[in-house]
Amino acid sequence: MALKIISSQCTSCSACEPECPNVAISEKNGTFVIDPKKCTECLGHFDAPQCAAVCPVDNTCVIDNSFPRYQVPA
Amino acid sequence: MQASIHEGTAVPSAAKVGEVMQAIAEHKGCGTSGGSGKASCGSAAGQGDLPTEIWEKVKNHPCYSEEAHHHYARMHVAVAPACNIQCNYCNRKYDCANESRPGVVSEKLTPEQAAKKVLAVASTIPQMTVLGIAGPGDPLANPEKTFKTFELIAKTAPDIKLCLSTNGLALPDHVDTIAGFNVDHVTITINMVDPEIGAKIYPWVFWKHKRYTGVEAAKLLTDRQLQGLEMLTERGILCKVNSVMIPGINDKHLVEVNKAVKSRGAFLHNIMPLISAPEHGTVFGLTGQRGPTAQELKALQDSCEGEMNMMRHCRQCRADAVGLLGEDRSAEFTTDKIMAMEVNYDLDTRKAYQAKVEEERVAKVAAKQEELSTLAGEMSDIKLLVAVATKGSGLINEHFGHAKEFQVYELSTAGAKFVGHRRVDLYCQGGFGDEESLETVIRAINDCHAVFVAKIGGCPKADLLTAGIEPVDQFAHEFIEKSAIAWFKSYLDKVNSGEIEHVERGDAEIRQGALISAA
Ligand code: SF4
Ligand code: SF4
Ligand code: SF4
Repeated sequence: MALKIISSQCTSCSACEPECPNVAISEKNGTFVIDPKKCTECLGHFDAPQCAAVCPVDNTCVIDNSFPRYQVPA
Repeated sequence: MQASIHEGTAVPSAAKVGEVMQAIAEHKGCGTSGGSGKASCGSAAGQGDLPTEIWEKVKNHPCYSEEAHHHYARMHVAVAPACNIQCNYCNRKYDCANESRPGVVSEKLTPEQAAKKVLAVASTIPQMTVLGIAGPGDPLANPEKTFKTFELIAKTAPDIKLCLSTNGLALPDHVDTIAGFNVDHVTITINMVDPEIGAKIYPWVFWKHKRYTGVEAAKLLTDRQLQGLEMLTERGILCKVNSVMIPGINDKHLVEVNKAVKSRGAFLHNIMPLISAPEHGTVFGLTGQRGPTAQELKALQDSCEGEMNMMRHCRQCRADAVGLLGEDRSAEFTTDKIMAMEVNYDLDTRKAYQAKVEEERVAKVAAKQEELSTLAGEMSDIKLLVAVATKGSGLINEHFGHAKEFQVYELSTAGAKFVGHRRVDLYCQGGFGDEESLETVIRAINDCHAVFVAKIGGCPKADLLTAGIEPVDQFAHEFIEKSAIAWFKSYLDKVNSGEIEHVERGDAEIRQGALISAA
Protein backbone atom coordinates (compact mmCIF):
# COMPACT_ATOMS: atom_id res chain seq x y z
CA MET A 1 0.00 0.00 0.00
CA ALA A 2 1.04 3.53 -0.54
CA LEU A 3 -0.48 6.96 -0.41
CA LYS A 4 -1.56 8.95 -3.41
CA ILE A 5 -2.41 12.59 -3.93
CA ILE A 6 -5.77 13.53 -5.39
CA SER A 7 -4.40 16.02 -7.86
CA SER A 8 -7.63 17.93 -8.38
CA GLN A 9 -7.49 18.90 -4.69
CA CYS A 10 -3.78 19.58 -4.38
CA THR A 11 -3.02 23.30 -3.99
CA SER A 12 0.63 22.76 -4.96
CA CYS A 13 1.66 24.28 -1.69
CA SER A 14 4.66 21.93 -1.51
CA ALA A 15 4.30 21.38 2.22
CA CYS A 16 4.32 17.60 1.85
CA GLU A 17 7.42 17.31 -0.30
CA PRO A 18 10.14 18.01 2.26
CA GLU A 19 8.36 16.01 4.96
CA CYS A 20 8.47 12.67 3.18
CA PRO A 21 11.17 10.47 4.73
CA ASN A 22 11.46 8.48 1.51
CA VAL A 23 11.66 11.31 -1.00
CA ALA A 24 8.62 9.79 -2.66
CA ILE A 25 6.94 13.10 -3.43
CA SER A 26 7.77 15.30 -6.38
CA GLU A 27 6.25 18.06 -8.46
CA LYS A 28 4.84 17.19 -11.84
CA ASN A 29 3.17 19.74 -14.09
CA GLY A 30 2.28 22.03 -11.27
CA THR A 31 0.88 19.52 -8.78
CA PHE A 32 2.52 17.05 -6.49
CA VAL A 33 2.61 13.29 -6.97
CA ILE A 34 3.71 10.32 -4.87
CA ASP A 35 5.87 7.58 -6.33
CA PRO A 36 4.07 4.49 -4.99
CA LYS A 37 7.22 2.40 -5.24
CA LYS A 38 9.01 4.67 -2.78
CA CYS A 39 6.16 5.37 -0.35
CA THR A 40 6.20 3.33 2.84
CA GLU A 41 3.18 5.06 4.43
CA CYS A 42 5.86 6.42 6.73
CA LEU A 43 5.87 3.09 8.57
CA GLY A 44 8.97 2.73 10.67
CA HIS A 45 9.59 6.48 10.50
CA PHE A 46 6.64 8.29 12.02
CA ASP A 47 3.30 7.60 13.65
CA ALA A 48 1.29 8.97 10.77
CA PRO A 49 1.80 9.55 7.06
CA GLN A 50 3.58 12.89 6.97
CA CYS A 51 2.10 14.07 3.70
CA ALA A 52 -1.42 13.66 5.02
CA ALA A 53 -0.57 15.28 8.35
CA VAL A 54 0.84 18.46 6.83
CA CYS A 55 -1.50 18.78 3.86
CA PRO A 56 -3.89 21.73 4.29
CA VAL A 57 -6.63 20.08 2.28
CA ASP A 58 -8.30 17.18 4.06
CA ASN A 59 -8.56 13.91 2.15
CA THR A 60 -6.01 14.89 -0.45
CA CYS A 61 -3.22 12.50 0.58
CA VAL A 62 -5.10 9.23 0.82
CA ILE A 63 -4.39 5.51 0.89
CA ASP A 64 -4.01 4.01 -2.55
CA ASN A 65 -5.59 0.60 -2.22
CA SER A 66 -4.23 -0.66 -5.48
CA PHE A 67 -0.92 -1.32 -3.75
CA PRO A 68 -0.31 -4.07 -1.21
CA ARG A 69 0.36 -3.01 2.33
CA TYR A 70 3.94 -2.08 2.95
CA GLN A 71 5.89 -4.28 5.36
CA VAL A 72 8.61 -2.87 7.52
CA PRO A 73 11.70 -4.95 6.71
CA ALA A 74 12.49 -7.27 9.59
CA MET B 1 7.62 42.34 7.35
CA GLN B 2 10.74 44.08 6.18
CA ALA B 3 13.87 46.07 6.70
CA SER B 4 15.06 49.58 6.25
CA ILE B 5 17.57 51.07 3.88
CA HIS B 6 19.95 53.60 4.94
CA GLU B 7 23.15 53.36 6.82
CA GLY B 8 25.65 55.37 4.87
CA THR B 9 23.36 56.50 2.09
CA ALA B 10 24.66 59.76 0.71
CA VAL B 11 21.99 62.12 1.95
CA PRO B 12 22.20 65.82 1.21
CA SER B 13 23.14 66.92 4.63
CA ALA B 14 23.14 64.30 7.26
CA ALA B 15 22.97 66.82 10.05
CA LYS B 16 19.97 68.54 8.57
CA VAL B 17 18.13 65.31 8.05
CA GLY B 18 18.93 64.30 11.55
CA GLU B 19 17.53 67.52 12.88
CA VAL B 20 14.37 67.22 10.88
CA MET B 21 13.89 63.58 11.75
CA GLN B 22 14.15 64.60 15.34
CA ALA B 23 11.50 67.20 14.67
CA ILE B 24 9.24 64.58 13.17
CA ALA B 25 10.07 62.38 16.05
CA GLU B 26 9.14 64.95 18.60
CA HIS B 27 5.98 65.84 16.91
CA LYS B 28 5.03 62.30 16.20
CA GLY B 29 5.40 61.47 19.84
CA CYS B 30 2.96 64.07 20.96
CA GLY B 31 0.65 63.45 18.06
CA THR B 32 0.46 59.73 18.44
CA SER B 33 -0.06 59.95 22.15
CA GLY B 34 -3.45 61.52 21.46
CA GLY B 35 -5.55 60.67 24.45
CA SER B 36 -3.55 57.65 25.39
CA GLY B 37 -1.53 59.36 28.02
CA LYS B 38 1.73 58.09 26.68
CA ALA B 39 4.60 59.78 28.42
CA SER B 40 6.64 60.29 25.31
CA CYS B 41 6.09 64.02 24.88
CA GLY B 42 8.62 64.94 27.45
CA SER B 43 10.92 61.98 27.13
CA ALA B 44 12.66 60.20 24.32
CA ALA B 45 10.34 62.00 21.99
CA GLY B 46 8.52 60.77 19.16
CA GLN B 47 10.19 57.75 18.34
CA GLY B 48 7.47 56.79 20.77
CA ASP B 49 9.15 54.32 23.04
CA LEU B 50 11.71 53.48 20.44
CA PRO B 51 15.36 53.64 21.35
CA THR B 52 17.33 55.77 18.92
CA GLU B 53 19.14 52.90 17.24
CA ILE B 54 15.82 51.26 16.40
CA TRP B 55 14.33 54.52 15.21
CA GLU B 56 17.34 54.95 12.94
CA LYS B 57 16.62 51.58 11.43
CA VAL B 58 12.94 52.06 10.84
CA LYS B 59 12.55 55.67 9.92
CA ASN B 60 13.15 54.97 6.23
CA HIS B 61 11.30 51.74 6.14
CA PRO B 62 8.17 51.89 4.02
CA CYS B 63 6.37 49.23 5.98
CA TYR B 64 7.26 50.51 9.41
CA SER B 65 7.38 54.24 9.22
CA GLU B 66 4.13 55.78 8.14
CA GLU B 67 6.04 58.78 6.94
CA ALA B 68 8.64 56.82 4.96
CA HIS B 69 6.13 54.79 3.06
CA HIS B 70 5.39 57.74 0.86
CA HIS B 71 8.97 57.71 -0.33
CA TYR B 72 10.42 54.23 -0.26
CA ALA B 73 9.21 51.04 -1.84
CA ARG B 74 9.33 47.41 -0.95
CA MET B 75 8.78 44.18 -2.75
CA HIS B 76 7.85 40.68 -1.75
CA VAL B 77 8.74 37.49 -3.50
CA ALA B 78 6.79 34.28 -3.10
CA VAL B 79 9.31 31.45 -2.94
CA ALA B 80 8.05 29.21 -0.19
CA PRO B 81 4.35 28.40 -0.27
CA ALA B 82 4.43 25.55 2.23
CA CYS B 83 2.93 26.09 5.65
CA ASN B 84 3.02 24.17 8.89
CA ILE B 85 -0.17 25.42 10.50
CA GLN B 86 -3.70 26.13 9.38
CA CYS B 87 -5.50 29.37 10.16
CA ASN B 88 -9.24 29.71 9.85
CA TYR B 89 -8.81 32.94 7.94
CA CYS B 90 -6.62 31.40 5.30
CA ASN B 91 -7.46 29.44 2.22
CA ARG B 92 -4.20 28.31 0.79
CA LYS B 93 -5.72 27.67 -2.58
CA TYR B 94 -5.31 31.42 -2.91
CA ASP B 95 -2.89 33.56 -0.97
CA CYS B 96 -3.48 33.91 2.73
CA ALA B 97 -6.26 36.42 2.75
CA ASN B 98 -4.87 38.23 5.74
CA GLU B 99 -1.17 38.20 5.21
CA SER B 100 -1.57 39.40 1.69
CA ARG B 101 -4.14 40.71 -0.62
CA PRO B 102 -6.65 38.03 -1.46
CA GLY B 103 -8.01 36.98 -4.76
CA VAL B 104 -4.89 36.85 -6.83
CA VAL B 105 -2.55 33.93 -6.58
CA SER B 106 1.03 35.08 -6.36
CA GLU B 107 3.53 33.86 -8.83
CA LYS B 108 5.68 31.21 -7.22
CA LEU B 109 9.38 31.69 -7.91
CA THR B 110 12.50 29.64 -7.46
CA PRO B 111 15.18 31.34 -5.34
CA GLU B 112 17.17 32.05 -8.51
CA GLN B 113 14.17 33.64 -10.22
CA ALA B 114 13.42 35.61 -7.09
CA ALA B 115 16.96 36.98 -6.93
CA LYS B 116 16.81 38.02 -10.57
CA LYS B 117 13.46 39.67 -9.98
CA VAL B 118 14.82 41.66 -7.05
CA LEU B 119 17.69 42.93 -9.17
CA ALA B 120 15.38 43.80 -12.05
CA VAL B 121 12.98 45.69 -9.83
CA ALA B 122 15.68 47.49 -7.87
CA SER B 123 17.28 48.67 -11.10
CA THR B 124 13.96 49.99 -12.40
CA ILE B 125 12.58 51.41 -9.16
CA PRO B 126 15.40 53.08 -7.24
CA GLN B 127 13.13 53.68 -4.23
CA MET B 128 13.00 49.91 -3.78
CA THR B 129 14.97 49.33 -0.62
CA VAL B 130 13.36 46.39 1.06
CA LEU B 131 12.83 42.77 0.11
CA GLY B 132 10.42 40.70 2.09
CA ILE B 133 9.59 37.04 2.07
CA ALA B 134 6.15 36.63 3.51
CA GLY B 135 3.42 34.46 2.16
CA PRO B 136 1.80 32.60 0.74
CA GLY B 137 2.76 30.03 3.28
CA ASP B 138 5.31 30.29 6.03
CA PRO B 139 8.86 31.10 4.92
CA LEU B 140 10.22 29.05 7.79
CA ALA B 141 8.19 25.99 6.84
CA ASN B 142 10.44 25.98 3.81
CA PRO B 143 13.68 27.36 5.20
CA GLU B 144 15.98 26.13 2.41
CA LYS B 145 14.22 28.15 -0.26
CA THR B 146 13.85 31.21 1.93
CA PHE B 147 17.47 31.32 3.03
CA LYS B 148 18.79 30.44 -0.44
CA THR B 149 16.94 33.51 -1.73
CA PHE B 150 18.43 35.70 0.99
CA GLU B 151 21.88 34.34 0.23
CA LEU B 152 21.63 35.15 -3.48
CA ILE B 153 20.35 38.66 -2.87
CA ALA B 154 22.91 39.46 -0.19
CA LYS B 155 25.57 38.60 -2.76
CA THR B 156 24.26 40.60 -5.71
CA ALA B 157 22.40 43.51 -4.12
CA PRO B 158 24.00 44.11 -0.73
CA ASP B 159 22.21 47.42 -0.10
CA ILE B 160 18.79 45.81 -0.04
CA LYS B 161 17.40 45.10 3.37
CA LEU B 162 15.94 41.70 3.98
CA CYS B 163 12.95 40.83 6.02
CA LEU B 164 10.77 37.93 6.83
CA SER B 165 7.25 37.20 8.01
CA THR B 166 6.40 34.07 9.88
CA ASN B 167 3.68 32.41 11.90
CA GLY B 168 6.39 31.69 14.46
CA LEU B 169 5.98 27.94 14.86
CA ALA B 170 9.41 27.12 13.45
CA LEU B 171 10.99 30.40 14.50
CA PRO B 172 13.08 29.29 17.52
CA ASP B 173 14.89 26.76 15.30
CA HIS B 174 15.99 29.40 12.81
CA VAL B 175 16.89 32.42 14.87
CA ASP B 176 20.62 31.90 14.42
CA THR B 177 20.34 31.59 10.65
CA ILE B 178 18.18 34.70 10.55
CA ALA B 179 20.78 36.60 12.55
CA GLY B 180 23.52 35.22 10.28
CA PHE B 181 21.85 36.67 7.19
CA ASN B 182 21.60 40.06 8.83
CA VAL B 183 17.85 39.95 8.60
CA ASP B 184 17.15 42.71 11.03
CA HIS B 185 13.39 42.82 10.72
CA VAL B 186 11.05 39.94 11.36
CA THR B 187 7.28 39.99 11.53
CA ILE B 188 5.49 37.38 13.59
CA THR B 189 1.76 36.94 13.28
CA ILE B 190 0.45 36.50 16.82
CA ASN B 191 -3.30 36.41 17.24
CA MET B 192 -3.52 35.13 20.79
CA VAL B 193 -1.61 34.25 23.93
CA ASP B 194 -4.48 32.20 25.34
CA PRO B 195 -4.71 28.70 23.85
CA GLU B 196 -8.47 28.57 24.43
CA ILE B 197 -8.83 31.50 22.08
CA GLY B 198 -6.21 30.06 19.78
CA ALA B 199 -8.22 26.88 19.36
CA LYS B 200 -10.92 28.97 17.69
CA ILE B 201 -8.43 30.39 15.20
CA TYR B 202 -6.17 27.45 14.39
CA PRO B 203 -7.63 24.05 13.56
CA TRP B 204 -4.20 22.39 13.60
CA VAL B 205 -0.43 22.79 13.66
CA PHE B 206 2.16 20.37 12.32
CA TRP B 207 5.18 20.09 14.56
CA LYS B 208 7.92 17.51 14.92
CA HIS B 209 6.23 15.16 12.51
CA LYS B 210 2.90 15.23 14.25
CA ARG B 211 -0.36 17.03 13.66
CA TYR B 212 -1.76 18.65 16.80
CA THR B 213 -5.28 20.01 17.13
CA GLY B 214 -7.37 22.10 19.49
CA VAL B 215 -6.03 23.73 22.63
CA GLU B 216 -2.91 21.56 22.52
CA ALA B 217 -2.05 22.93 19.08
CA ALA B 218 -2.67 26.52 20.10
CA LYS B 219 -0.59 26.12 23.27
CA LEU B 220 2.32 24.82 21.25
CA LEU B 221 2.01 27.67 18.79
CA THR B 222 1.82 30.46 21.34
CA ASP B 223 4.76 29.05 23.32
CA ARG B 224 6.92 28.83 20.21
CA GLN B 225 5.88 32.29 18.99
CA LEU B 226 6.73 34.02 22.25
CA GLN B 227 9.95 32.08 22.61
CA GLY B 228 10.97 33.04 19.06
CA LEU B 229 10.12 36.66 19.72
CA GLU B 230 12.27 36.72 22.84
CA MET B 231 15.19 35.07 21.09
CA LEU B 232 15.07 37.58 18.24
CA THR B 233 14.87 40.67 20.38
CA GLU B 234 17.70 39.37 22.58
CA ARG B 235 19.85 39.33 19.47
CA GLY B 236 18.83 42.86 18.57
CA ILE B 237 16.72 41.83 15.60
CA LEU B 238 13.70 44.07 15.20
CA CYS B 239 10.38 42.34 15.62
CA LYS B 240 7.03 43.53 14.52
CA VAL B 241 3.92 41.66 15.54
CA ASN B 242 0.92 41.35 13.26
CA SER B 243 -2.46 40.45 14.69
CA VAL B 244 -5.66 39.79 12.84
CA MET B 245 -8.64 41.33 14.61
CA ILE B 246 -11.49 38.82 14.67
CA PRO B 247 -14.60 40.33 16.29
CA GLY B 248 -16.05 38.12 19.00
CA ILE B 249 -12.98 35.86 19.08
CA ASN B 250 -9.82 37.81 19.84
CA ASP B 251 -10.82 41.47 19.60
CA LYS B 252 -10.77 42.19 23.33
CA HIS B 253 -7.94 39.73 23.89
CA LEU B 254 -5.61 41.64 21.56
CA VAL B 255 -5.00 44.22 24.26
CA GLU B 256 -3.44 41.40 26.25
CA VAL B 257 -1.50 40.19 23.24
CA ASN B 258 -0.23 43.75 22.87
CA LYS B 259 1.09 43.70 26.44
CA ALA B 260 2.62 40.24 26.07
CA VAL B 261 4.53 41.10 22.91
CA LYS B 262 5.63 44.47 24.12
CA SER B 263 7.08 43.00 27.27
CA ARG B 264 9.07 40.61 25.09
CA GLY B 265 10.59 43.38 23.06
CA ALA B 266 8.41 43.70 19.96
CA PHE B 267 8.81 47.25 18.73
CA LEU B 268 5.67 47.62 16.66
CA HIS B 269 2.23 46.09 16.71
CA ASN B 270 0.12 45.98 13.59
CA ILE B 271 -3.52 45.08 14.18
CA MET B 272 -5.15 44.23 10.91
CA PRO B 273 -8.84 43.72 10.19
CA LEU B 274 -10.02 40.19 9.43
CA ILE B 275 -10.84 39.75 5.77
CA SER B 276 -13.52 37.12 5.50
CA ALA B 277 -15.47 37.53 2.29
CA PRO B 278 -17.24 34.22 1.61
CA GLU B 279 -15.81 34.02 -1.90
CA HIS B 280 -12.32 33.49 -0.53
CA GLY B 281 -13.49 30.16 0.82
CA THR B 282 -11.83 30.45 4.21
CA VAL B 283 -13.36 28.76 7.24
CA PHE B 284 -14.27 32.16 8.69
CA GLY B 285 -15.63 33.27 5.34
CA LEU B 286 -17.87 30.23 5.16
CA THR B 287 -19.07 30.41 8.76
CA GLY B 288 -20.03 34.05 8.29
CA GLN B 289 -17.49 35.40 10.78
CA ARG B 290 -17.49 39.14 10.16
CA GLY B 291 -14.56 41.50 10.07
CA PRO B 292 -14.38 44.68 12.16
CA THR B 293 -15.65 48.06 11.03
CA ALA B 294 -13.25 50.95 10.63
CA GLN B 295 -14.33 52.41 13.95
CA GLU B 296 -13.93 49.14 15.85
CA LEU B 297 -10.46 48.72 14.39
CA LYS B 298 -9.43 52.26 15.24
CA ALA B 299 -10.80 51.96 18.77
CA LEU B 300 -8.77 48.82 19.38
CA GLN B 301 -5.64 50.36 17.88
CA ASP B 302 -6.14 53.44 20.03
CA SER B 303 -6.57 51.38 23.17
CA CYS B 304 -3.29 49.58 22.50
CA GLU B 305 -1.43 52.73 21.58
CA GLY B 306 -0.52 53.70 25.09
CA GLU B 307 1.36 50.45 25.30
CA MET B 308 3.50 50.70 22.21
CA ASN B 309 3.78 52.04 18.72
CA MET B 310 0.90 50.96 16.57
CA MET B 311 1.19 50.54 12.88
CA ARG B 312 -1.60 52.16 10.95
CA HIS B 313 -0.66 52.10 7.34
CA CYS B 314 -0.57 48.38 6.65
CA ARG B 315 -2.05 47.60 3.26
CA GLN B 316 -2.15 43.83 3.73
CA CYS B 317 -0.13 43.72 0.55
CA ARG B 318 -0.10 40.86 -1.84
CA ALA B 319 2.70 38.41 -1.27
CA ASP B 320 4.29 39.49 -4.52
CA ALA B 321 3.53 43.17 -4.31
CA VAL B 322 6.06 45.50 -5.87
CA GLY B 323 6.41 49.22 -5.47
CA LEU B 324 5.36 51.92 -3.08
CA LEU B 325 2.65 50.92 -0.64
CA GLY B 326 -0.69 51.20 -2.33
CA GLU B 327 0.93 51.21 -5.75
CA ASP B 328 1.42 47.67 -6.92
CA ARG B 329 3.62 47.39 -10.00
CA SER B 330 3.94 43.62 -9.95
CA ALA B 331 2.39 43.28 -13.41
CA GLU B 332 5.50 44.89 -14.89
CA PHE B 333 7.65 42.19 -13.38
CA THR B 334 6.15 38.84 -14.25
CA THR B 335 8.61 35.96 -14.53
CA ASP B 336 8.58 36.05 -18.35
CA LYS B 337 9.35 39.74 -18.40
CA ILE B 338 12.12 39.55 -15.82
CA MET B 339 13.84 36.64 -17.44
CA ALA B 340 13.96 38.63 -20.67
CA MET B 341 15.26 41.79 -18.94
CA GLU B 342 18.79 43.10 -19.18
CA VAL B 343 19.67 44.02 -15.65
CA ASN B 344 22.17 46.67 -14.85
CA TYR B 345 22.39 47.03 -11.11
CA ASP B 346 23.94 50.38 -10.44
CA LEU B 347 24.46 51.15 -6.80
CA ASP B 348 25.48 54.77 -7.39
CA THR B 349 22.38 55.65 -9.38
CA ARG B 350 20.28 54.17 -6.65
CA LYS B 351 22.06 56.15 -3.99
CA ALA B 352 21.78 59.39 -5.94
CA TYR B 353 18.10 58.84 -6.43
CA GLN B 354 17.55 58.10 -2.78
CA ALA B 355 19.41 61.27 -1.88
CA LYS B 356 16.91 63.21 -3.95
CA VAL B 357 14.04 61.44 -2.23
CA GLU B 358 15.53 62.40 1.09
CA GLU B 359 15.66 66.05 0.03
CA GLU B 360 11.98 65.99 -0.91
CA ARG B 361 11.20 64.46 2.39
CA VAL B 362 13.05 67.09 4.34
CA ALA B 363 11.11 69.80 2.49
CA LYS B 364 7.86 68.12 3.30
CA VAL B 365 8.63 67.84 6.99
CA ALA B 366 9.76 71.46 7.13
CA ALA B 367 6.52 72.61 5.49
CA LYS B 368 4.50 70.66 7.99
CA GLN B 369 6.43 72.10 10.91
CA GLU B 370 5.78 75.60 9.65
CA GLU B 371 2.07 75.02 9.26
CA LEU B 372 1.93 73.33 12.61
CA SER B 373 3.19 76.45 14.31
CA THR B 374 0.08 78.29 13.10
CA LEU B 375 -1.97 75.87 15.18
CA ALA B 376 0.03 76.65 18.27
CA GLY B 377 -2.14 78.15 20.92
CA GLU B 378 -5.37 76.92 19.36
CA MET B 379 -7.52 75.35 22.03
CA SER B 380 -10.09 72.90 20.87
CA ASP B 381 -11.17 69.39 21.69
CA ILE B 382 -12.30 68.82 18.15
CA LYS B 383 -10.79 65.74 16.56
CA LEU B 384 -11.88 64.69 13.14
CA LEU B 385 -10.88 62.49 10.23
CA VAL B 386 -10.13 63.51 6.68
CA ALA B 387 -9.42 61.36 3.63
CA VAL B 388 -6.68 62.13 1.11
CA ALA B 389 -6.25 60.98 -2.49
CA THR B 390 -2.54 60.49 -3.06
CA LYS B 391 -0.15 58.68 -5.36
CA GLY B 392 2.71 58.97 -2.88
CA SER B 393 5.54 61.41 -2.17
CA GLY B 394 3.39 62.80 0.61
CA LEU B 395 1.41 64.95 -1.83
CA ILE B 396 -2.28 65.45 -2.59
CA ASN B 397 -1.76 64.38 -6.15
CA GLU B 398 -4.54 62.02 -7.14
CA HIS B 399 -7.80 62.70 -8.95
CA PHE B 400 -10.83 61.68 -6.87
CA GLY B 401 -12.03 59.42 -9.66
CA HIS B 402 -8.69 57.67 -10.00
CA ALA B 403 -8.09 56.95 -6.36
CA LYS B 404 -7.88 53.27 -5.50
CA GLU B 405 -7.50 54.11 -1.87
CA PHE B 406 -7.72 57.07 0.45
CA GLN B 407 -5.35 57.80 3.28
CA VAL B 408 -7.06 58.82 6.46
CA TYR B 409 -5.63 61.40 8.85
CA GLU B 410 -6.90 62.41 12.24
CA LEU B 411 -6.74 66.16 12.75
CA SER B 412 -6.58 67.85 16.10
CA THR B 413 -4.74 70.78 17.57
CA ALA B 414 -1.81 68.40 17.97
CA GLY B 415 -1.52 68.18 14.19
CA ALA B 416 -2.26 65.62 11.52
CA LYS B 417 -1.86 62.01 12.47
CA PHE B 418 -2.03 59.20 9.94
CA VAL B 419 -4.55 56.62 11.10
CA GLY B 420 -5.09 54.34 8.14
CA HIS B 421 -6.16 53.92 4.60
CA ARG B 422 -9.35 52.90 2.87
CA ARG B 423 -9.37 50.89 -0.28
CA VAL B 424 -12.12 51.73 -2.77
CA ASP B 425 -13.31 50.74 -6.21
CA LEU B 426 -12.25 53.03 -8.98
CA TYR B 427 -14.97 55.61 -9.20
CA CYS B 428 -14.01 56.82 -12.59
CA GLN B 429 -13.61 54.00 -15.10
CA GLY B 430 -12.46 55.45 -18.38
CA GLY B 431 -13.87 58.85 -17.64
CA PHE B 432 -17.36 57.84 -16.63
CA GLY B 433 -18.42 58.24 -13.08
CA ASP B 434 -20.31 55.24 -11.88
CA GLU B 435 -22.99 56.05 -9.36
CA GLU B 436 -22.80 52.74 -7.58
CA SER B 437 -19.11 52.88 -6.92
CA LEU B 438 -19.46 56.46 -5.70
CA GLU B 439 -21.72 55.07 -3.02
CA THR B 440 -19.09 52.55 -2.00
CA VAL B 441 -16.48 55.31 -1.88
CA ILE B 442 -18.73 57.31 0.41
CA ARG B 443 -19.30 54.27 2.61
CA ALA B 444 -15.54 53.71 2.85
CA ILE B 445 -14.83 57.28 3.99
CA ASN B 446 -18.12 57.95 5.72
CA ASP B 447 -16.35 58.74 8.98
CA CYS B 448 -14.40 61.62 7.37
CA HIS B 449 -15.31 65.28 7.41
CA ALA B 450 -13.48 66.12 4.21
CA VAL B 451 -11.72 64.52 1.31
CA PHE B 452 -8.62 66.13 -0.19
CA VAL B 453 -8.11 65.58 -3.90
CA ALA B 454 -6.06 66.98 -6.77
CA LYS B 455 -9.17 67.26 -8.89
CA ILE B 456 -12.82 66.24 -8.74
CA GLY B 457 -15.79 66.41 -11.09
CA GLY B 458 -18.94 68.41 -10.40
CA CYS B 459 -21.19 65.43 -9.92
CA PRO B 460 -19.33 63.52 -7.25
CA LYS B 461 -18.63 66.84 -5.58
CA ALA B 462 -22.33 67.49 -5.11
CA ASP B 463 -22.97 63.94 -3.88
CA LEU B 464 -20.14 64.15 -1.39
CA LEU B 465 -21.50 67.41 -0.03
CA THR B 466 -24.93 65.82 0.32
CA ALA B 467 -23.30 62.99 2.28
CA GLY B 468 -21.71 65.58 4.53
CA ILE B 469 -18.14 65.12 3.30
CA GLU B 470 -16.49 68.29 2.09
CA PRO B 471 -14.50 67.85 -1.13
CA VAL B 472 -11.34 69.96 -0.93
CA ASP B 473 -9.36 70.57 -4.11
CA GLN B 474 -7.69 73.86 -3.28
CA PHE B 475 -4.51 72.12 -2.07
CA ALA B 476 -3.86 70.18 -5.28
CA HIS B 477 -0.25 68.93 -5.48
CA GLU B 478 0.66 70.33 -2.10
CA PHE B 479 1.98 68.42 0.90
CA ILE B 480 -0.68 66.40 2.68
CA GLU B 481 0.01 67.23 6.29
CA LYS B 482 0.67 70.91 5.72
CA SER B 483 -2.56 71.23 3.75
CA ALA B 484 -4.58 69.22 6.23
CA ILE B 485 -3.39 71.38 9.09
CA ALA B 486 -4.16 74.56 7.14
CA TRP B 487 -7.64 73.29 6.34
CA PHE B 488 -8.21 72.27 9.94
CA LYS B 489 -7.20 75.72 11.13
CA SER B 490 -9.81 77.35 8.90
CA TYR B 491 -12.34 74.74 9.99
CA LEU B 492 -11.73 75.68 13.61
CA ASP B 493 -12.03 79.35 12.73
CA LYS B 494 -15.41 78.72 11.12
CA VAL B 495 -16.58 76.73 14.12
CA ASN B 496 -15.41 79.46 16.48
CA SER B 497 -17.10 82.19 14.49
CA GLY B 498 -20.33 80.20 14.44
CA GLU B 499 -20.29 79.89 10.67
CA ILE B 500 -20.47 76.10 10.88
CA GLU B 501 -21.32 73.68 13.60
CA HIS B 502 -19.06 70.74 14.36
CA VAL B 503 -20.87 67.43 14.18
CA GLU B 504 -19.46 63.96 14.71
CA ARG B 505 -19.51 61.59 11.77
CA GLY B 506 -20.56 57.96 11.57
CA ASP B 507 -18.71 54.71 11.08
CA ALA B 508 -17.22 53.42 7.85
CA GLU B 509 -16.94 50.10 6.13
CA ILE B 510 -13.67 48.28 5.52
CA ARG B 511 -13.72 47.05 1.97
CA GLN B 512 -13.25 43.33 1.59
CA GLY B 513 -12.77 42.67 -2.08
CA ALA B 514 -9.59 42.08 -3.99
CA LEU B 515 -7.64 44.75 -5.72
CA ILE B 516 -7.11 43.11 -9.05
CA SER B 517 -5.58 45.91 -11.05
CA ALA B 518 -1.92 46.38 -10.45
CA ALA B 519 -1.52 49.46 -12.61
S1 SF4 C 1 3.01 8.49 3.39
FE1 SF4 C 1 5.02 9.05 4.09
S2 SF4 C 1 6.35 7.89 2.73
FE2 SF4 C 1 4.38 7.93 1.74
S3 SF4 C 1 4.46 9.72 0.43
FE3 SF4 C 1 3.52 10.37 2.34
S4 SF4 C 1 5.22 11.16 3.48
FE4 SF4 C 1 6.13 9.94 1.85
S1 SF4 D 1 0.58 19.24 1.03
FE1 SF4 D 1 -1.32 18.67 0.01
S2 SF4 D 1 -1.89 20.48 -1.13
FE2 SF4 D 1 0.23 20.77 -0.53
S3 SF4 D 1 1.39 20.01 -2.28
FE3 SF4 D 1 1.17 18.31 -0.88
S4 SF4 D 1 -0.67 17.27 -1.56
FE4 SF4 D 1 -0.69 19.26 -2.51
S1 SF4 E 1 0.27 30.90 8.60
FE1 SF4 E 1 -0.20 32.05 6.74
S2 SF4 E 1 -0.12 30.52 5.09
FE2 SF4 E 1 -0.19 29.41 7.01
S3 SF4 E 1 -2.35 28.97 7.21
FE3 SF4 E 1 -1.93 30.83 8.39
S4 SF4 E 1 -2.36 32.52 7.01
FE4 SF4 E 1 -2.21 30.65 5.78
